[in-house]
Amino acid sequence: MEDTKKDYSHIKGWGIDADPKNDPTYPMRKRSNDDHGGYNWERPTQQPINVEVLHSIERPNVTAVFGTSKPPHGLSGMMRRFAFTYGEGSFNHWLPLLMADRVDVVEGIIDDLKRGYIPNIFAERGGKAEWKYNRKGMFFKIAVGVAITTATVMLLRGKSDDED
Amino acid sequence: MLAMNYRGPQRVRLDRNKPMPEILHPQDAIVRVTRSCICGSDLHLYNGNVPDTRVGETFGHEFIGVVEEIGSEVHKLKVGDQVIVPFNIACGQCTFCKQELYGNCHEANPMATAVGGIFGYSHIAGGYNGGQAEYVRVPYANVGPMVIPSGMHPDDAVMLTDVVPTGYQAAEMGGIQKGDTVVVFGAGPVGIMAAKCAWLFGAGRVIVFDQEEYRLDFVRKYAQCEAYNFRSIEDPVVFMKKTTDSLGADVCIDAVGAEAAGSKMQTITGRKLLLQAGSATALQWAINSVKKGGIVSVVGVYGPTGNLIPIGNALNKGVTIRGNQASVKRLLPRLIEHVQNGVLDPKALITHHFPLEEVSDAYRIFSDKLDNCIKPVLVPPSAKI
Ligand SMILES: NC(=O)c1ccc[n+]([C@@H]2O[C@H](COP(=O)([O-])OP(=O)(O)OC[C@H]3O[C@@H](n4cnc5c(N)ncnc54)[C@H](O)[C@@H]3O)[C@@H](O)[C@H]2O)c1
Ligand SMILES: [Zn+2]
Ligand SMILES: [Zn+2]
Repeated sequence: MEDTKKDYSHIKGWGIDADPKNDPTYPMRKRSNDDHGGYNWERPTQQPINVEVLHSIERPNVTAVFGTSKPPHGLSGMMRRFAFTYGEGSFNHWLPLLMADRVDVVEGIIDDLKRGYIPNIFAERGGKAEWKYNRKGMFFKIAVGVAITTATVMLLRGKSDDED
Repeated sequence: MLAMNYRGPQRVRLDRNKPMPEILHPQDAIVRVTRSCICGSDLHLYNGNVPDTRVGETFGHEFIGVVEEIGSEVHKLKVGDQVIVPFNIACGQCTFCKQELYGNCHEANPMATAVGGIFGYSHIAGGYNGGQAEYVRVPYANVGPMVIPSGMHPDDAVMLTDVVPTGYQAAEMGGIQKGDTVVVFGAGPVGIMAAKCAWLFGAGRVIVFDQEEYRLDFVRKYAQCEAYNFRSIEDPVVFMKKTTDSLGADVCIDAVGAEAAGSKMQTITGRKLLLQAGSATALQWAINSVKKGGIVSVVGVYGPTGNLIPIGNALNKGVTIRGNQASVKRLLPRLIEHVQNGVLDPKALITHHFPLEEVSDAYRIFSDKLDNCIKPVLVPPSAKI
């Protein structure tokens, strides 16, 4: 609010060419000239915060509602907590999150095994559909996999030979 | 209940024992899902390219269903209503919702201020469970959901949760004027719908680019437009210039986003090494093929870090770039009219109905564009329609 009521008379020519029709955001956005009030709107009821919710440091609080699908846990959770100490523009925010996602995958496999469940990775990757509709592509992927493994093994072997 | 369960890049499976969702807020509703699509946006999650996608999440932001339970403050819906649920979660009260920017609500996603709340779209979009399940929690049930008009086919209704509004808004953001030449990059469901909608705004010529012949064939007929395979064209930008009297298109639409093919450098840095927030090939082509003073409309989704795009060219050419997540609620009334009047036929894009139990194969087929798949829908066993 404050801003719009400010007196700009000391600025020569202020607003003389203002043209509300020249709004490239139309019709995406219904401007109402009371959108300068800052974060002061009447907020919806706050959802009780019964789980750990990491919130962006670019906002003061947790939003009125939020998802509770997977609160941070384990090592990946620690990495996520660290990430959320940085702003959304920072690589210190996104890179740890991406790494945490990969750690989470390993944690997921450990969880599965702990519960006595061996994940069927072939089925999870849609192997059946791939076998039916894209056998050639599948063989190619396998061949690439084998090639990379062989190359890695040979490289490591070479290395250890050097060390001997 | 049954629900899709993300286990890691390109690994998803069916969870048979996911706990039922509960009312966590007085404006919540619980919806029994009757149709739930897989979207091109889900592929960014599926490929592990979106940071803060946690193992065990259930995806799915395009769904319709039946209201099973409502919270104490819900007065716009009643138990038993069949509803279209917009993919954006929006409070209706914040300054952005008041401006009808329902894709940009400030009270639905604590994790990132740059993104609104989206169902089943990782923790970058609020950490909500999604609709690729039998039941789902729907916050702000007074605001988003809309009762399905009687007589509307469920396959049309589910396409109104995202694909139709997104395609429409892509054309709308293009500021298309009568006679304009409009180029759409991507002949996925979103691009096909954008091409179709470009005509509604008076386009004079509509041209679509993709690499999948079956999709190009489809869009040619469905959207009555020209369509070209960029694989058989050496330089799509040069081709565009030649085909538009050497000036370029008035409007270019990016309906591809982070999974774009067509440039090795973009693919390696954006999709393999994750040095940028996805591969920006389509956006790069869009900026380079638009006319000076033209408009680039971006609905293709990119990650949060940043992308290699020719911003210098955008500047020198005086290009206007507009983008957003579709404001589904704002557009629904008009689009329902279009569907009911036969102006738009969204269910024609649905090529596959999978039982929810086959979710792993459904992702593979849609992701790899197998079996001529355009739009897949998952149907839970409890759907009964
Ligand atoms: N802004 C929004 O509100 C919103 C909503 C829904 C979807 N989306 C986004 O729209 C995009 C498309 O979604 P979809 O469901 O149609 O996905 P899709 O994967 O089915 O379609 C993408 C198409 O782009 C093609 N393609 C790849 N590289 C290309 C290039 N360089 N030039 C032209 N075409 C290319 C692919 O072959 C494919 O057919 C995705 O990025 C998705 O996240 C945005
Ligand atoms: Zn979608
Ligand atoms: Zn809001």
